[in-house]
Amino acid sequence: MNKIIEVKDVSKSYGGVVANKDISIEVQEGGITGLIGPNGSGKTTLFNSIVGYHPIDGGSIKFQNQEISKLQVQDIARLGLLRTFQQTRIYGAMDCVQNMLISLPHRKMSLNDMFSRNTKADYEKADRLLEFVGLYEKRFLRSGSLSFGQQKLLEFAMALMNEPTVLLLDEPTAGINPTLINGLIDRLRRANTEFGITLFIIEHNMRVIMNMADKMYCLAHGELLAEGTPDEIQNDQRVIDAYLGAH
Amino acid sequence: MNKTLLYGILIAGTIIAPFILPDYRTQLATMWLMIIVALTWDMTGGQMGYNSLGNIFFYGTGMYVAAVVGISLAYNVADYTNAAGGGIYKFTDGQYFGGIFLGSIAAGLFCAACAVIIGWITFGLRGPYFAIGTLGVAIAAGELVSNWDWVGGGQGIALPVYPGDFNIGKIFFYFLFAGLGCAVFIFVKWLYSTRFGAAMNAIRDDEEKAEAMGIHTLRYKLIAWAMAAFFVGIAGAISAFQLIHFEPLETAYQTINLGIFMVVCVLLGGKGTLWGPVIGAIMFHVFKEVTWNYLLGWQWVALGALIVVTVVYFQDGVMGWLMLKRPEWFGMKVEQKTASAEAVK
Amino acid sequence: MDQVLGNIDLLFQFPVVNVKILMDGLMIGALFAVAAYGLALVWGVMNVKNLAQGDFVIAGGYVSWWLAQKGLPPLLGVPIAFIVLWGVGWVLYKLVISRVIGRDLFTSLLATFGIAIMIAQILNLIFGSDTQSIKLPYDTLYFFDGFVDVPIAKLIGVIMAATLATGVVVFMKKSRMGQAIRATAQDPRAARVMGIDTEKVYAFTFSLNSAICGAAGAIIVMVWLIQPFYGITYSIRSFVIVTAAGLGNLPGVIAAGLGIGALEQYGAHIFGIGYQQAVAVLLLLLVLLVRLAQQRRNRQVLQ
Repeated sequence: MNKIIEVKDVSKSYGGVVANKDISIEVQEGGITGLIGPNGSGKTTLFNSIVGYHPIDGGSIKFQNQEISKLQVQDIARLGLLRTFQQTRIYGAMDCVQNMLISLPHRKMSLNDMFSRNTKADYEKADRLLEFVGLYEKRFLRSGSLSFGQQKLLEFAMALMNEPTVLLLDEPTAGINPTLINGLIDRLRRANTEFGITLFIIEHNMRVIMNMADKMYCLAHGELLAEGTPDEIQNDQRVIDAYLGAH
Repeated sequence: MNKTLLYGILIAGTIIAPFILPDYRTQLATMWLMIIVALTWDMTGGQMGYNSLGNIFFYGTGMYVAAVVGISLAYNVADYTNAAGGGIYKFTDGQYFGGIFLGSIAAGLFCAACAVIIGWITFGLRGPYFAIGTLGVAIAAGELVSNWDWVGGGQGIALPVYPGDFNIGKIFFYFLFAGLGCAVFIFVKWLYSTRFGAAMNAIRDDEEKAEAMGIHTLRYKLIAWAMAAFFVGIAGAISAFQLIHFEPLETAYQTINLGIFMVVCVLLGGKGTLWGPVIGAIMFHVFKEVTWNYLLGWQWVALGALIVVTVVYFQDGVMGWLMLKRPEWFGMKVEQKTASAEAVK
Repeated sequence: MDQVLGNIDLLFQFPVVNVKILMDGLMIGALFAVAAYGLALVWGVMNVKNLAQGDFVIAGGYVSWWLAQKGLPPLLGVPIAFIVLWGVGWVLYKLVISRVIGRDLFTSLLATFGIAIMIAQILNLIFGSDTQSIKLPYDTLYFFDGFVDVPIAKLIGVIMAATLATGVVVFMKKSRMGQAIRATAQDPRAARVMGIDTEKVYAFTFSLNSAICGAAGAIIVMVWLIQPFYGITYSIRSFVIVTAAGLGNLPGVIAAGLGIGALEQYGAHIFGIGYQQAVAVLLLLLVLLVRLAQQRRNRQVLQ
């Protein structure tokens, strides 16, 4: 396994507030990497730095050995590095199938592909993935009318439709019915093993992330507090303190 | 089957209209012009969410490009536009029709190129900035061209009249506009069915999401606007020869005239729909032709009021209203489809 | 082209010409800044991009001009234009603007564009399309051996503009209504929860804006020319200034206003008076481009 995302000494502050300070992490290709930390520890800021929503103050971010810290969001997305949003973003006025079809990987399209209609295979793929996340019955509903959890699943399916190399998930289980969480964990694992997508996940739910991740990082107060396997993190006194201290 | 019949009737109506309404040939041609500019405005405005107030730039530029190309087939442009020269300029039939043909193509291509260049600058702008930026481009172009003596300055350019019978000329221009209008309609109908069309809608609904999904938004926006500009440029070229004489500010870059009409047409008919711009353009044009002369100079005030009322109270237009009242006409059978899907399962 | 080069050459051969252009530009720029401040106010508080801004200015100018024709002292026209345009703004708010707040931005832009067309056309029907101005019975001061002439009327105009601007700024800082306006600008929902009648605040803000514009127009008619269709250029100038300065940045608005005024005068001098409008518009494109490049470096877009 080699590292696919390499974050080195990244710092970012908003005005006087330091959100990230000299953070270095690595995401291994083909694995599931977790990022935890109390509220306000700078997790989402780090995500946004990686996918290009704001400039970083210092350090370097590499994706497949290519420096991406100066690129725009869409350029990074076109490299195959995709993210989902903490507050889901879907095209609310369209139905689920349309949402899926728009998410076809445009980066892989030639001009000819772009100006042709969606093929039968595209529809089948959309249906298959909607079934995969359990939204098949709702596929002709306006996506804006779905519940928050369902929208989240739809966004996940859209991301899969896009065939990314790496998928950054911002709190995938937040707002999802607890009874569905086990199913979601299963789907995330299958996305990793069956579709071969490297996952990098921010998660608050310790049970979820400890179950899935093979490598974890813990942030606190904008700094990297600990890293290691889930077991190591679980038993790290500093991590426990950070969480207890934050509450 | 029903649809084939509808299209058949429409095409037949288009063909016989100038013959059964001989007094209204010019108005009918102008109606097609409205349909063209409304349809092309909707490509970026309705389908992509980029509301340009400067599409009239392509109309005016198309006029000038076509005129310059048409004249230069026969004469030196600077001599021709220099009114003080007082020379008499005659065009052969070949030069005249060649001028229209080559002028239209040149106008279309030139405008498409302009759209790419201007779009490359302005498409970084979102929402109101884009609207104001494009409006600025149109106004600046009008001012600059009216100071440019090579193309006649503020006087504009006079083109040769149609060689041959006056009435045949009217029919000729009617069919040029009607043909272009049909071509635009077929083109956008096809375009909206492709993946490109879907991407345009994605940009409209949530551009940030579209970017995050790796859609090359700038490229798509440029292509869409260039296509719109291509057709508007050709429409401008035909207008130049139809009107015979045009001025930079009043005719070519008529910002508050046609430039705003096209937006009103689309809003009246329904933004982001295929038929909305067509219906809106016909409604607006008929309304305008019928009432204009009775408003005794207040027509422009009425136009302003119409814009305000449409925008504030009737923004979804006829099609939006119909969709609300008769959703089944638009295949929105959400309940049934879900039910049947569940039944299958 | 030769003429353009000649005009540029003139600037270097006779440096006092620069002084004259700068004086003219700064004086007119002060009035641009006042109108732009009004736009920034409406933009910031109710998120309405008002394209009728310039037409309020011109309307105010005509109010003052009409009164002067009737024999009133021109300086009195400024407060009267302020009051009349306040009323116009209030009526427009109740009829139109109150219904577009909170809708998508193009709605407010297009609605105000419709209003702009209406105002311009009504002025044209009532007053005709000739350019108008008021001649004030004051002397002209001469500097630099008569190269630089400063009519006292223009100085009075600048002083009045400064007074108007100061008055508005003090009002916004000190008065209860000013505080309510600033609170609403930051968070309308929170303001409502705290018992501020945001509807009233919006109506007040929009009326205040059109009144400011009207007063600015009444000053402009004394120092420059007005014409029913000049409005759109003033709107665009206001947008240039606000875009360049950013919202809620008063020193920036003043600096940008003065800068635009000076640049326009230079443009008119170099390219000829026929290009004055074009220069104003091209400045808009230039400012948008610069802002765009800045935002791009921040991986952001201009919204």
